[in-house]
Amino acid sequence: MTYTIKTEKNEWEIVCGLEIHCQIISKSKIFSGASTEFGDDANENVSFIDAGMPGMLPVLNKECVRQAVKTGLGLNAQINKHSVFSRKNYFYADQPNGYQITQYEYPIVGKGKVKIDLPDGTSKDIGITRIHIEQDAAKSIHDLNPKKTYVDFNRAGVGLMEIVTEPDFRSPEEAGAFLKKLRSIVRYLGTCDGNMDEGSMRCDASISVRLKGEQGLRERAEVKNVNSVKFAMQAIESEAKRQVEVYEQGGTIEQQTCRFDQATGQTKFMRKKEYADDYRYFPEPDLPPLDLTDEYIENIRAQMVELPDAKKERFIRDFNLTAYDANLLTESRETADFFEKAAKGHDGKKVANWILGDFFARLNTDKLTLEQSPVKPEMIGQLVDLITNNTISGKIAKDVFALMFETGQSPIKIVEEKGLKQVTDSSQIEKIVDEVIASNADNLAAYKNGKTNLFGWFVGQVMKASKGAANPQVVNELLKAKLDK
Amino acid sequence: MTDLTELTIAEALKSLKNKEFSATELTNAYIQKMENTREYNAYVLETPEVALAQARLSDERYQNGTNLTLDGIPLGIKDLFCTKNIRSTACSHILNNFVPQYESTVTQHLLNAGASFLGKLNMDEFAMGGSNETSAFGPVVNPWSSNEPLVAGGSSGGSAAAVAAHLCAGATGTDTGGSIRQPAAFCGITGIKPTYGRCSRWGIMAFASSLDQAGPMAKDVRDCAIMLRAMAGYDAKDSTSVDIKVPDFEQVLEQDIKGLKIGIPSEYRPDGLNKEITALWDKSAQMLQSRGAEIVHISLPHTPYALPVYYIIAPAEASSNLARYDGIRYGLRINGEKLDDLYINTRTEGFGTEVKRRIMIGTYVLSAGYFDAYYVKAQKVRRLIKQDFEKAFEKCDVILTPTSPVSAFKIGDESMKENPINMYLNDVFTVSVNLAGLPAMSLPVGLDSKGLPLGMQLIGKAFDEETIFKTAYALEKDAAFKRK
Repeated sequence: MTYTIKTEKNEWEIVCGLEIHCQIISKSKIFSGASTEFGDDANENVSFIDAGMPGMLPVLNKECVRQAVKTGLGLNAQINKHSVFSRKNYFYADQPNGYQITQYEYPIVGKGKVKIDLPDGTSKDIGITRIHIEQDAAKSIHDLNPKKTYVDFNRAGVGLMEIVTEPDFRSPEEAGAFLKKLRSIVRYLGTCDGNMDEGSMRCDASISVRLKGEQGLRERAEVKNVNSVKFAMQAIESEAKRQVEVYEQGGTIEQQTCRFDQATGQTKFMRKKEYADDYRYFPEPDLPPLDLTDEYIENIRAQMVELPDAKKERFIRDFNLTAYDANLLTESRETADFFEKAAKGHDGKKVANWILGDFFARLNTDKLTLEQSPVKPEMIGQLVDLITNNTISGKIAKDVFALMFETGQSPIKIVEEKGLKQVTDSSQIEKIVDEVIASNADNLAAYKNGKTNLFGWFVGQVMKASKGAANPQVVNELLKAKLDK
Repeated sequence: MTDLTELTIAEALKSLKNKEFSATELTNAYIQKMENTREYNAYVLETPEVALAQARLSDERYQNGTNLTLDGIPLGIKDLFCTKNIRSTACSHILNNFVPQYESTVTQHLLNAGASFLGKLNMDEFAMGGSNETSAFGPVVNPWSSNEPLVAGGSSGGSAAAVAAHLCAGATGTDTGGSIRQPAAFCGITGIKPTYGRCSRWGIMAFASSLDQAGPMAKDVRDCAIMLRAMAGYDAKDSTSVDIKVPDFEQVLEQDIKGLKIGIPSEYRPDGLNKEITALWDKSAQMLQSRGAEIVHISLPHTPYALPVYYIIAPAEASSNLARYDGIRYGLRINGEKLDDLYINTRTEGFGTEVKRRIMIGTYVLSAGYFDAYYVKAQKVRRLIKQDFEKAFEKCDVILTPTSPVSAFKIGDESMKENPINMYLNDVFTVSVNLAGLPAMSLPVGLDSKGLPLGMQLIGKAFDEETIFKTAYALEKDAAFKRK
């Protein structure tokens, strides 16, 4: 699928790369022992180190290193055994030390790639340039007082992974698919909770446009801190269109930083890049270089969970699912686990249909999460079995399913207690059929006289008389034989 | 009655154990002397009640026999160390109201050993200076001054003067380019900068992180050995501290130095070097030789680059380390219209000239376009300087040099005021050691014609302070320097 912006004169192509800041899941901050708990009172979780007090020194949190290595492996990336922390120097009220400890020349993770699946069924590899680990800044609060700014240092020093991609995106959809995929991977790994609305995953997009077929790159604009997948896609689209418009009117684009205005869906100019600060990076003298052993890396690799791509392939292979269904089922680890439990020992394809169909629809209506579902995965497997072995009909199954949701009881129990078991014994059904025919002589006559569409009416009467328990196929066969005799 | 303040730490400990006097009596003797001797401006904060409270606890321990290694010894603490609930300013106006809620690891170690703290000692602002004249509290006067007031050296000038004038039994110092050794030499006392990583930097306000190291300043070699053992040790809170056993330095003092190879670097003897210093250097070498040590001539070829390298790396790190003093969270704040104005107002008023100069130099050498030519190059040369020492130590066990090319000079020296390079040149013999991370001691060996102390420097291999201690102890005996 090629995405272009067509104008009267030209056809333009988007070139976009992303930088995603992911807050690392870890109990304590990256260089101090303070808690990373989100939502505590302001300045509750601040150590002397986080506040930049005199004489304080950073100590690297090993858990953050582990999480970054895990993420690197999850993105099929090179783990750099030697990496170095650097100071990025700049003054701001939310930067307590006057510098941020980050990695510059030697990041912990190097090149990697992530496969994204696009709505048209195609897939594409997106290159990962690097991942480095660094500390988050504090939070400036400007809206409590018209004349004052308050600073909450709870976030100061929380570990971040900055994931940088190659400029491989050619459409907003690709960027959206990547963000979803990345979110899915880090959630599978348990290295970042991926909640963009809470700011634990934040995205910057570098966007430029060029004429279709043009080589090289034009000047780009960087849109900062976009906080949802939808907004990221909107930001890329609107910024690209803005640039096209400027070029077509004979203007030029200067390297610049923008922000995304959620209200208008447009990007807003912030500052020109030429006035950008000189960050005076230099190696952090308070921390020795980070050297990892092969053993350490292999140890983490050995403990890796199955990631969405591998799981998807396995679901297709083992359960005979379509790629589309497998994709939906593996997007989150919870759904995949639920499906696996449900499908174990049952017809996986049918289980998938129930989960993706009625089950998700009902969760949605009831506004329930997977965890809150009264229907346990095993019950869906049982329900599928009840249909497959003709214990209940598909129609009855719908009623049973509704009862499962209401009562939380297993379908076996429901069918038993409510006497919903399908009657397949033809002698039993024959008795009902005979009764129905005998007590409806006029309709029988009409049928015989050519009003064959009365057949359905007879079926209905038999089903009614059997309280819906008769196997419709057997009813059909018997009725046909008797009426056409 | 003898003046208790003139006792060495070793002597005082012995007497305290023998209950010849109490820790409270000893502390009171120092407090008395501090009150009567304020003309040196050695202390910027006196904490007699803190010291007395600690002394009372020491006395209890002596009574019940649970006394510790430094129990009841009254010390002075350089104001660069953060001391819990005791104002700590780095002698900078920007921290004039700063009271830490934490205790530096080194001072905590001293407290754990039973020492008491008499107060905070004067120093060059943020340890930047070689004469203690950049302090926001004014210069320290060298106790050896006669006609006109002389500098005590820097940056640990208050520590050196306080020890020399018996205003404390010993003091903590820090050394980034000579800040323990040079003032020790100027004031006729002994001080050691241990190997980088030997003492924790946690809680010491950073000047240049890759060079800073705390160390003891005391009346003699033995006292330094006793103090360093208490101060040193691995600290998980400082990622650059080294997990290596701290030896009992006092144990090695009496060891024979026969056969020990003493290196004399030719590069430390430039043509213009002061004749009196050269003579004392030769004499010191002869004294060691007469005890059976072997004199070896060595070369440290990159020595001429040490000063420029130091004055790139130290300011570079300092410019970043001092960025936290921004008026936002603690310390001085001078408000302004906008955030940038607040920074500019606060830092303009809070920092002194020398600190500003070094922040400017450091900011410059780290700037885009200059970084490679200055900082990166300096780091390369730093490695060469380190290699010089590694090669030299293949031929010798310890290196002997003068500590400083000059003795104490007068406060307000015009040539140094006009051109700070003249001041920087005083660090010529000391900075290489910090760049290489090695241990080095200065001990007094004689007086010049003006009657001012001159110090010799002993440089050791990394984590081999023991060889320095035993060599220094032998030299100290033979030099028989008469303390003030």
